[in-house]
Amino acid sequence: MSAIQEIGPESLVSRPQLTTGITGARLDAVNVSAWFGTNRVLSRVSLSMPPGTVTALIGPSGCGKSTFLRILNRMHELVPSAKLAGQVNLSGQDIYAAGQRITETRKRIGMVFQKPNPFPAMSIAENVTAGLKLVGIKVSRSEREELIERSLIRAGLWSEVRNRLRDPGGALSGGQQQRLCIARALAVDPMVLLMDEPCSALDPTSTRRVEDTIHEIKDEVTVVIVTHNMQQAARVSEQCAFFLAQQGTPGVIVEAGTTEKIFNSPNDPRTEDYVNGRFG
Amino acid sequence: MVASAEPPTLLDSLDQPISPHATNPLVDRMFHLVVRGIAGLVLVIFGSIGVFLAYQSIPTFRRYGWTFLTQSQWNPELNKVGISSTLLGTVEVALVALVVAFPIALATALFISEYTPLRIKGLLVALVDLMAAVPSVIYGAWGFFLLMPHASLSSRWISEYFGWIPIFKVDTDPAAATWAQSRFVNSAFIAGLCVSMMVIPIACSVMRGVFAEAPLGEREAAYALGSTKWGVIRTVVLPFGRGGIIGGTMLGLGRALGETIAVLFIISLTFNVNFHILQNGTSTISALIANDFGESTSSQLAALLTAGLVLFIMTLGVNTIAAVFITRSRSGAATEI
Repeated sequence: MSAIQEIGPESLVSRPQLTTGITGARLDAVNVSAWFGTNRVLSRVSLSMPPGTVTALIGPSGCGKSTFLRILNRMHELVPSAKLAGQVNLSGQDIYAAGQRITETRKRIGMVFQKPNPFPAMSIAENVTAGLKLVGIKVSRSEREELIERSLIRAGLWSEVRNRLRDPGGALSGGQQQRLCIARALAVDPMVLLMDEPCSALDPTSTRRVEDTIHEIKDEVTVVIVTHNMQQAARVSEQCAFFLAQQGTPGVIVEAGTTEKIFNSPNDPRTEDYVNGRFG
Repeated sequence: MVASAEPPTLLDSLDQPISPHATNPLVDRMFHLVVRGIAGLVLVIFGSIGVFLAYQSIPTFRRYGWTFLTQSQWNPELNKVGISSTLLGTVEVALVALVVAFPIALATALFISEYTPLRIKGLLVALVDLMAAVPSVIYGAWGFFLLMPHASLSSRWISEYFGWIPIFKVDTDPAAATWAQSRFVNSAFIAGLCVSMMVIPIACSVMRGVFAEAPLGEREAAYALGSTKWGVIRTVVLPFGRGGIIGGTMLGLGRALGETIAVLFIISLTFNVNFHILQNGTSTISALIANDFGESTSSQLAALLTAGLVLFIMTLGVNTIAAVFITRSRSGAATEI
């Protein structure tokens, strides 16, 4: 069942708890273009990421998916030569508007990276609460312990680390580190979570765990995931956007729609070729 | 079980270990030998300096024994030769230099690595490196003619308000009509200020090196959580660079302990045990050697070389500890010192 049906009028009546349970925010990219120096890498990309859904960005390497993802929480501008045009609206508010604080935006729109990047000098517990410290949120001791437990449970890591919360975060396995990073991102209570190929460095079991986590959090947090793994896109997402950058041209969205449509009856032959593994 | 007594077969020969390492071509082995030889030569030269100093020190230690380390006066005519006051002065000058240089070097390194736009970064790096290229005699002249008249005013202010802390006390006549400026010049404090100018570039360049290597992934992790730049520095850059901060500072300390000519310019060489760093008169080992070297007899020369041995051991120790800190830290493996 797709997300669009879930928030349709019938399901409002039949399953109220589900619809009211969706607390993630709506994210809309409107005509987003991006440059590195004078090299244009994205051209007028528009995409709506509704709350309660998982959006997968798929496409071959170098087509601008990761750049697009990094534009969604203002990480793009960390590169000195980066420029962009267009709007990104979080619940209708442009995050690039003058007067929007970058730090506040990034706190609301969390990110998980391709390579697990816990803070190695901190313990597992400190890693989870690192975001609170960084954005200056003060919590009491008991609240903090509760938050650590809840975040680690949501990230599917609690049972493995509950007895060694004081151990350094860098001592965990790669898959555990990535789930720790997810817990860290969830601890600041973001409205949107961006994931940039979060499982590309993980084994199948850890990948499964991360995907379970995505399923569990998607009602509370709008998830946008970049993936090269078609099966993963099919497993975790409700909607898909296929990016493509043809030789020498900036990346565009060839086609976006429900995952079912993109995989089973795409409009564009290039989409069909890509999802069936015929190129890319 | 009975061990099988079968005759050796082809299978046994398969179990014979064969070295998988290809034999290196002659040219590779030659190069290896030359490089190893040069590296060894450095150690030999270094070791021979130590051996030379130790050998030259034998007569002095025979004559004065441990009093060489406890005697404060350096007066060969009266047969009083010792370096306790000089050792104290050396440490005082070095510590003052370090206390002044550390925050400046740290702030400069952070500014260059984290805040400076790319186009002026190269310029700033070159400027700081240029500080290291200025001959120390120039720093000495600058310290004596420009810095000292002004620094003595700072010394006076510090001693007036913090004189209750013993090291900042200066013995002056409280009833004097004018302030006794001569009591506040030529001090360990001013020499330390001057030496700090030479410590800053060394410490700064080591720190900058490790800060620049703080992993991008961790920086981005902090930014993505909503951190400010300062937050990134606090949670990622400083913890990562801790080894470099300590190591760079200690390398600077090694430099400060050995600085000669600038110190000789500024201090007035006296041999009293003087804990008052703001007060006129101190001595350091290197300044003592430079000052007395030209006019010493052979036994005095031996005594000076013994003082040199003590300095050699001190700086060797400090630099070794610095190297340990740097290589043991996470950032250390890739850092040059």
